[in-house]
Amino acid sequence: MKNKYSIFSLIKNAFSSHENWQRAWRDPEPKKEYDAIIVGGGGHGLATAYYLAKKHKMTNIAVVEKGWIGGGNTGRNTTIIRSNYLWDASAGLYDHALKIWEGLSQELNYNVMFSQRGVMNLAHNLQDVRDLKRRTHANRLNGIDAVWLNTDEVKKFCPIINTSPDIRYPVLGGTLQKRAGTARHDAVAWGYARGADQLGVDIIQNCEVKGIKRDGDQIIGIETSKGYIKSKKIGVVAAGHSSVIANMAGLKLPLESKPLQALVSEPVKPIIDTVVMSNAVHAYVSQSDKGELVIGAGTDSYVSYTQKGSHNIVEETLRAILELYPIFSRMKMLRQWGGIVDICPDASPIISKTQVKGLYFNCGWGTGGFKATPGSGDLFAHTIANDEPHKLNAAFNINRFVSGDLVDEHGAAAVAH
Amino acid sequence: MFIINCPYCGERDQTEFSSGGEAHIVRPKQPTELSDDEWAEFLFMRKNIKGIQFERWNHIHGCRKWFNVVRDTSNDKIHAVYKMGEKPPVNK
Repeated sequence: MKNKYSIFSLIKNAFSSHENWQRAWRDPEPKKEYDAIIVGGGGHGLATAYYLAKKHKMTNIAVVEKGWIGGGNTGRNTTIIRSNYLWDASAGLYDHALKIWEGLSQELNYNVMFSQRGVMNLAHNLQDVRDLKRRTHANRLNGIDAVWLNTDEVKKFCPIINTSPDIRYPVLGGTLQKRAGTARHDAVAWGYARGADQLGVDIIQNCEVKGIKRDGDQIIGIETSKGYIKSKKIGVVAAGHSSVIANMAGLKLPLESKPLQALVSEPVKPIIDTVVMSNAVHAYVSQSDKGELVIGAGTDSYVSYTQKGSHNIVEETLRAILELYPIFSRMKMLRQWGGIVDICPDASPIISKTQVKGLYFNCGWGTGGFKATPGSGDLFAHTIANDEPHKLNAAFNINRFVSGDLVDEHGAAAVAH
Repeated sequence: MFIINCPYCGERDQTEFSSGGEAHIVRPKQPTELSDDEWAEFLFMRKNIKGIQFERWNHIHGCRKWFNVVRDTSNDKIHAVYKMGEKPPVNK
């Protein structure tokens, strides 16, 4: 790998006041034709390009991104990584990703700051307790680490949680996945971009797709703001805008796009060293390395592409946060934002071929796509290169909405839809 | 976050309403004769439009009546509200 990052390159560059670091990726103009084009330069799209080049030796490929890479949902999520999903198909998919996360910084020679600080899911009512216990058992049968904690154990693991039985939604216990945690979301996009670029992938930013060209049932190219680009394989990884691209190709998808919000507080000293998620009351909290509390809220209930989200959703989340963590009552929130998430009826993703030859979709990740970034890229690359799904994403084909073989993960997907 | 002009109650905050998704998806007249593809189309496939969308809303914390709304999903601006069974006021 040229320009390998190491302690030596750091020392060397320190002597020239860090003014001679090279660009991490090129800024090329699009060629006339590629063997494959990935639409969408977020984490999933860049990972797809990286694995297409690395594992499937397809290096004459491009990633087209309408804004800048990692400027969409990759840079807007709350960076939670876990694999404690209920069904076998999902466990296979998400744990595949988690295993890649564990060696990702080394593989990319880029510090993605993956931190296995554990993720705890709280139970607030009897049904939560039953569901979460069931999920713990299902996880362990699939080889995924998961333990059930009673209220005292929850308090011991995260002492700032209010475990009083008198609060509106008392903590009746919780599950813990210790291998789960967080990563630095921007670094994931940048690391994959740098890795893909070094393998010859063209990353073309500020290049919006305006149309999809078909010749009968075969895809032949895309119309973009930087001109027409030919390709017989197009992989679309456009998150909230997947339906917009699908409509250009004359397809409909089983998706609804909704704003999902997050917010961060002013930075404070270390106070919470894990990730705590509370599905029933829509409150997810962890602390970034800078010291900000990173808080995830719920989605709006209606289709919207505004990247804002409603105030009442934030209010609801902060109300729950304050009840569960009274110690945060005087903290100030610094920033709030929204991202548009594409939600499938069964809260599971689609990584699939379509009825149009050469057109592939990786979408429907809804409220929790970040955790799957490396696995999603790896499996989507396999699907595009071989025109066949890998066995780990075979269940996540688009035909499941016709056959009825849905993968219902509303319980494990955390943000209620 | 926006204001919806309920055709029965007048202007109220969006939080009083519940979204029913895309409007004018007609339930198949003869369900027994539908193929799996047609069922999938009816149950799951959505236009999910970025732009002018025709959609159903229910005034769940008010009169509890259903009605239709024409809204631009790219900026949440509402262009028209009309009752169930009425013709859309703008060209659909």
